[in-house]
Amino acid sequence: MSASPPPLIEARDLAASYGRVQALKPTSLSVAEGELVTVLGPNGAGKSTMLRAMMRLTSASGRVLFRGRDITGLSTHDRAKEGIILVMEGRGLFSQMTVRENLVLGAYTLTGDETVDGRLDGVFRLFPRLKERYEQVAGSLSGGEQQMLAVGRAIMAKPKLLMLDEPSLGLAPRVASEILETLGELNRQGLGILLVEQKAPQALRLAQRVYVLSLGGIVAELPASEIKSHHDLSRYYLH
Amino acid sequence: MTSPATTSTSRWARGVVLPVAAVLAVMVFALNSSGYVVTVIGFAAIYAIFVTGLNFFMGYTGQASFGQNAFAALGGYGSAILSGNYYWDPLLALVVSMAFAGVVAAIVGYPTLKLRGHYLAMATFALGLITYEISIEWTGLTSGYMGISGIPPLGVGRYELGTEKQMLVALTAFLLLGVWISTRLRDSRFGRALRAIAGSEPAAQALGINVARYKLMAFVVAALYASCAGSLFAHFVGFISPEVFGGAMVIQSFTMLFLGGIGTTWGPVIGALMVLMLPEFLRGLKELQDVVYSCVLVMILIFAPKGLAGLVALIPTRRAPAAPRPAEAK
Repeated sequence: MSASPPPLIEARDLAASYGRVQALKPTSLSVAEGELVTVLGPNGAGKSTMLRAMMRLTSASGRVLFRGRDITGLSTHDRAKEGIILVMEGRGLFSQMTVRENLVLGAYTLTGDETVDGRLDGVFRLFPRLKERYEQVAGSLSGGEQQMLAVGRAIMAKPKLLMLDEPSLGLAPRVASEILETLGELNRQGLGILLVEQKAPQALRLAQRVYVLSLGGIVAELPASEIKSHHDLSRYYLH
Repeated sequence: MTSPATTSTSRWARGVVLPVAAVLAVMVFALNSSGYVVTVIGFAAIYAIFVTGLNFFMGYTGQASFGQNAFAALGGYGSAILSGNYYWDPLLALVVSMAFAGVVAAIVGYPTLKLRGHYLAMATFALGLITYEISIEWTGLTSGYMGISGIPPLGVGRYELGTEKQMLVALTAFLLLGVWISTRLRDSRFGRALRAIAGSEPAAQALGINVARYKLMAFVVAALYASCAGSLFAHFVGFISPEVFGGAMVIQSFTMLFLGGIGTTWGPVIGALMVLMLPEFLRGLKELQDVVYSCVLVMILIFAPKGLAGLVALIPTRRAPAAPRPAEAK
């Protein structure tokens, strides 16, 4: 009998504090290979802290395993080199640089110009608008275009796991929908995605599993298809 | 419609040809002027090299350093001692001093650069103060306040740059080489990483950039420039003392950097020329000279917050449509 493969990423008892305030209580979650998992929760639930802790952008206790290997001791940049890429809240773009420069920086961990060109073509297929804005300074893009650039830059890194912190925040519904559709497409191509959102019916439609985070701890974990049967959750997150 | 090639040519003309021509014009003007003008413009060239290094660390990488004068002192004293006391070729002394300053910067920078913001600024400021005190107290090596005189001019083997004008030509070559290297580094993968760090350290880390290592490398590059400037000063003037590399050097270099345009290629050169030449143009105003000089500096900072080099960006150009990538252009 063959053992089941380890999850793509697994956080075990991950906890983080800001001074005396515990932003994230010991939390465990996992994302399987090729799975799209959504983490839902209101403002201040600890969603961003959890992603930052998984990326070691915030000091945290607990362990993080990537494809079964303990990467707790790895620095942020080494985790990125492993293929764990985070699209930060607020997008984390380099606003003074052009779209081209931002995208090329996304491929920082890759080597060879051909690889970069190939990745660029892939990004432009997903977001044709970025091609039109190629030499434009990132700070001058619209909010939607900036989010496309943030996702595009993440894809440039050839991620094995893509983590996104509220990518639809502040965007018009149509643009948010376009970006989430692209994430769904990436997931169908086999990319593992951990998507954090406050309230997103569409994110739930794309997801296979859902975690609900509240007051710094996970209060529910269920298949996305079952959320409708939970009256409280569906009332809050689906409408 | 403007083609991308035309735009690229226009950028090249504006970013390279015009500034180089302007620098050469200033140098030709100096070569046809009195010895005093040569000295002033020579100092401007030396400072421009120093500030180009500072710009690398502060402008491109977005870090603060108030202690680059320490590395200028290492370069200056290194060159003075090696070429004056031990009769090394000045050029060799300059290169060895730069290497020494680079090693010191790596050793000192490793713990120091773990600090951020004001703490980093204060730590680097302390570095300058410590070096200053050492240059005063270690009289057996530096002659303290008396300084070191009789430092030979630049040269290799028997060939020596005997006059100030010959030295100025060499300084111009060093300056243009320094700016060229800085530009190449800025446009490289390394330079892009530094600019990413300046933009957002967490975002840079999340892209796989080893922020601590790159900040240290930028600090070492800035130290190499500072050391080179210190060595050139020693060989240009023939004398150094602790005051040459004191706090005034830090303040002056900051003024040059912000006035010229922090984060721009030619800002350090423009700033150095402006700060050192303007007082000479205002000399006729006698007692009002300092007042007018200060007012001009303040006005520039108010009306050109991105520095004088930033004004170039305001010159309207015909904008090309989105340029295709090289691969598409094939």
